[in-house]
Amino acid sequence: MSETKLQPLAELQQIENADYRPGKIFIATLKRELQLALRRRSDLVNPLIFFLMVATLFPLGVSPEPTILATLAPGVVWVAALLSTLLAMDSMFRSDYEDGSLEQILLSPQPLFVVVLGKVLAHWMMTGLPLTLMAPLIAVMLFLPAEGMSGLMLSLLIGTPTLSLVGAIGAALTVGLRKGGVLISLLVLPLYIPVLIFGTAAVEAAVTSLPLAGHLALLGALLALGIALAPIAIAAALRISVSG
Amino acid sequence: MADPLLQVVDLFCERDDRVLFNNLNFSVFPGEILQVEGQNGSGKTTLLRILSGLSRHFEGEILWRGVSVTEQAERFRRELLYFGHNAGVKAVLTPEENLAWYAALDTDIDLQHIPKALNAVGLKGFEDVPCHMLSAGQNRRVSLARLYLSRAPLWILDEPFTAIDKKGVAAKEALLLEHAARGGTVLLTTHHELDLSRHVRRINLDELSGT
Repeated sequence: MSETKLQPLAELQQIENADYRPGKIFIATLKRELQLALRRRSDLVNPLIFFLMVATLFPLGVSPEPTILATLAPGVVWVAALLSTLLAMDSMFRSDYEDGSLEQILLSPQPLFVVVLGKVLAHWMMTGLPLTLMAPLIAVMLFLPAEGMSGLMLSLLIGTPTLSLVGAIGAALTVGLRKGGVLISLLVLPLYIPVLIFGTAAVEAAVTSLPLAGHLALLGALLALGIALAPIAIAAALRISVSG
Repeated sequence: MADPLLQVVDLFCERDDRVLFNNLNFSVFPGEILQVEGQNGSGKTTLLRILSGLSRHFEGEILWRGVSVTEQAERFRRELLYFGHNAGVKAVLTPEENLAWYAALDTDIDLQHIPKALNAVGLKGFEDVPCHMLSAGQNRRVSLARLYLSRAPLWILDEPFTAIDKKGVAAKEALLLEHAARGGTVLLTTHHELDLSRHVRRINLDELSGT
C-alpha cells in the first residue's frame, strides 16, 4: 500500500466561527442509523418475527374460538408489540459502545440531546413503525372486530415511540455492562405499564364504539413528556456508562 | 514562553483500591508532543480518558487555556480530537461513510477533504469497500484519516500505531510533527519506538504510582 506525500494540513480552527445547526446533525444521525440498520437486515426482522410468532401461537395455546380471541386481541397485540420493542432495545447503543463510536459521539461538540433523539427516532422507524403497520394483519388473525382497527393503529402509532424513548434510557444505563439484557427489562417494564394500559384501553374503547380521544390524548401526553425528558436522561446515562 | 494549552493540577486517580497516580502536575504548551509512558496497567489509557473528559473518576483539576474544562466542556470538545483504543469505525459502513459521519459530528471538517485524507492514509481505491472487508490495520487507518481532516489543536491519541505498518508509522510521525509545527499539541501513548525522540517530552506513570 503506498503512502502518498502529505498534503499540507489545514490551519488550526478559529474558535469564533461556531456553526451549530441541530437540524443538520439530527438528519445526519438519522441517515447514518437507517443506513446501518438496512445493512444489518437480520436485526431488522427479528422483532417482527417475534411479534408474528406470539400472535400465531396464541390461538393454538388458548383456543381458536373467535369470541374468546376477539376479547383477548387488544391485550395480546399490545403485549406482543411491547415485548418485541423490548427485545430490540439492547442493541440500541451496544454496537456503538463496542466499536468506540459512542466515545466519539460523547466527545463531539454537537448537542448529545439531538444525536440521541435522532438515534431513538431511527430505532422507532425500524421497530415501532413496522410493528404498527403489521398490527392490523395480526389483529385480523385474532378476530379483532373491524371497528377496533383504527384504535389499534392510532394507539400503537402514538404509544410505540414512547416505548422506544423509555427503553433507550434502560439501554443507555446498561450498555457498559457485559450482559444488560435482563436488567433492561427490569428497569424499563414498570415504566411501560402506563403506555400498555392506555394503549389497550384505546383499542377496547374503539371496539365498543366509545370515544377514544381521551386515551389517545393521554398516550400523546406521555409521548410529549418522553420526547422532552427522555433524551436528557439517555444522554446522562450514556455519559455515566462510558465513564465507568 | 506562551501560555500552556492544557494544565493538569494535582490529579489523583484510584482504581480498585490501587492509586494510579497522585499529585500529578504537568502543563502542555502549543507545539509540544507529550508521550505518556508506563507499563501495562499503569493507567496510561485512564489518564488519557480523564484528560479527554470521558472518565470522571478523578480528583484534581484540568485547565484548558487557563479555564477549567468542566466550565467550558463544549469549547474543549471542539478543540479536541480523541483517538481511543477502539477506533470507532463502523464495520458495515465504507471508509467514506465513516468519515462523513465524523464530519457531521465535527463541523470544522470539510467534506471535500475526505478523499484526500483517505488517499493520504493509503486507502485510495478502498473508499467503497465496507470496513469489515478491510484488514485490522486498514480499519485503524480509516480512523487515523481523521488526523488529516481535523483542525482541532489538541490531539489525544491512545496507541495510534497499533496494527499500522512501519511505513505508515513513519508517515504518522511526520504528521504529528507537522501538527506540532502549526501550533498544535499531541498527547499520546505508544509502545512503538518513536523516531521523534528529540521532539517528544515524556511523562512516566510508573514513577508516579503510589500505594
